[in-house]
Amino acid sequence: MRLTQGTFSFLPDLTDEQITAQVQYCIDQGWAVNIEFTDDPHPRNTYWDMWGLPMFDIRDAAGVMGELASCRKIYGDRYIRISGFDASHGWESVRLSFIVNRPANEPGFALERQESDGRRILYSTRAYAAQLPEGERYS
Amino acid sequence: MNAIDKRDRRDRYAAGVMKYQDMGYWQPDYVPKDTDVIAVFRITPQDGVDPIEAAAAVAGESSTATWTVVWTDRLTACDKYRAKAHRVEPVPGSPESWFAYIAYDIDLFEPGSIANLTASIIGNVFGFKPLKALRLEDMRLPVAYVKTFDGPPTGIVVERERLDKFGRPLLGATVKPKLGLSGRNYGRVVYEALKGGLDFTKDDENINSQPFMHWRDRFLYCMEAVNRAQAVTGEVKGTYLNVTAATMEDMYERAEFAKSIGSCIVMIDLVIGYTAIQSMSKWARRNDMVLHLHRAGHSTYTRQKSHGVSFRVIAKWMRLAGVDHIHAGTVVGKLEGDPATTKGYYDICREDFLPQRLENGIFFDQSFASLRKTMPVASGGIHAGQMHQLLDLFGDDVVLQFGGGTIGHPMGIQAGATANRVALEAMVLARNEGRDIVNEGPDILAAASRHCTPLRQALDVWKDVTFNYTSTDAPDFVPTASVAG
Repeated sequence: MRLTQGTFSFLPDLTDEQITAQVQYCIDQGWAVNIEFTDDPHPRNTYWDMWGLPMFDIRDAAGVMGELASCRKIYGDRYIRISGFDASHGWESVRLSFIVNRPANEPGFALERQESDGRRILYSTRAYAAQLPEGERYS
Repeated sequence: MNAIDKRDRRDRYAAGVMKYQDMGYWQPDYVPKDTDVIAVFRITPQDGVDPIEAAAAVAGESSTATWTVVWTDRLTACDKYRAKAHRVEPVPGSPESWFAYIAYDIDLFEPGSIANLTASIIGNVFGFKPLKALRLEDMRLPVAYVKTFDGPPTGIVVERERLDKFGRPLLGATVKPKLGLSGRNYGRVVYEALKGGLDFTKDDENINSQPFMHWRDRFLYCMEAVNRAQAVTGEVKGTYLNVTAATMEDMYERAEFAKSIGSCIVMIDLVIGYTAIQSMSKWARRNDMVLHLHRAGHSTYTRQKSHGVSFRVIAKWMRLAGVDHIHAGTVVGKLEGDPATTKGYYDICREDFLPQRLENGIFFDQSFASLRKTMPVASGGIHAGQMHQLLDLFGDDVVLQFGGGTIGHPMGIQAGATANRVALEAMVLARNEGRDIVNEGPDILAAASRHCTPLRQALDVWKDVTFNYTSTDAPDFVPTASVAG
């Protein structure tokens, strides 16, 4: 399967040149740029691990791309996403978020059903990869 | 200070009939207070009726007056409670009609009640005989009154955080055919559309609980579809379960059931009424539920320029009443919507402070005082080939709802959904790269379709479909430097 979280997951994987353009767009909007990674792709996994602090004062996308290259060197077998964070009043949240790195093999999710009363079913989604301990999931 | 003070009170309150303007409802030198509610009406007086008298009559009939003088006014601080028509000006290009500005003291209204606000402002006065027609064009709601409302239970930002979807419009589809599918078949449409790439599917306004599909059946099959699609894509998905029903008790029962089976969103129709909407908003707030409002029925009173209530006013009331989504027009689709007017509706939903913009039909500066934002929904006759226009018109914070444009795809629902999602992502990518999407849009779509067969097929089928009709409702005001209110 292909995990389709993030803004551009239905397009072919972005090239570094395309990623640079999106990062520069975030910077030009005045948003802080953040790099995060995970090997638990569950749709409700909100807190991916941060690659350092969000880059609040960066002016040039090249700096972000340098950080991304370093992150890929260590966590290239995991999901990595870039997000733009807007601290202005009334938003104070993420404005753009897209995946820039994914594991070679994405085994997907099992859907577990627990039958309950009155035809009700309690669903839970489990990532096949997450059965293994963190760090061993995609290597 | 005003006309009434200059009159002998004994004359003013003598029994009999008196002109409304002489009763104090016309005060041309009145300066509205920051806490006043101000309404601007388009009035079309009967032949021979003076527009100022007509405006005063509207002020009177929507506040304290009746057709004759009553001495019991003198038991009250009636000068305060009287609404004050303070400005009347001709509607450009429409010799029979006038814009009348009327100010209402905030104490005329119960805090936090749309029902009470509307019972005054649109209660009696629309049937008043001396007027041929009457339209409520816009309202300035003072911060002091705005703050008595809860507003949207979720709002645009928190909805995005819950869904983990940022930086692009959300995509939806209304299940079609809107009537007749069984629960099991209905869920199939939901599953295919969500798996193919949509974020949401939606019940139509008239899907409640009918012989062909009872509501519980629909809810259960829909949640199977939502959860399956989530597992297949790894994305959060949702379907607006319509809980509209005959009674509040029924609606609460359906909403509780939707919650118990894990839905993140429920929907209601505008026809349930303002009080029911506010009740459901409070319920949604207590239960972490996104609340979608379908504006079923609004065109009966919003569409004609001469009579009724403008949708911009309905949109303001609904943001106060507290809905997270509201249908607000598509411009390019099959339903009524002039671009400038529609922009006004979207701004009402999404801005915290809205400056007067006469070209968009916005007559007043309006602050929403940090009330959460309502996500506008564009639905009705739109397709992937219009993606550049839709993104340019509406920006990111909108749900683009492709019903026929998903389900009518020649290769099926999933292909239709994928076509829409790919078209959208390609267009957002290009916009962020600084490309001129309005002019390059068709090229951007064509390039994206080279790696996406479903998009190519969608573009082939619908490339020439447009709905070019003249709008019946467009702003008449030419922008000027004058200050309204």
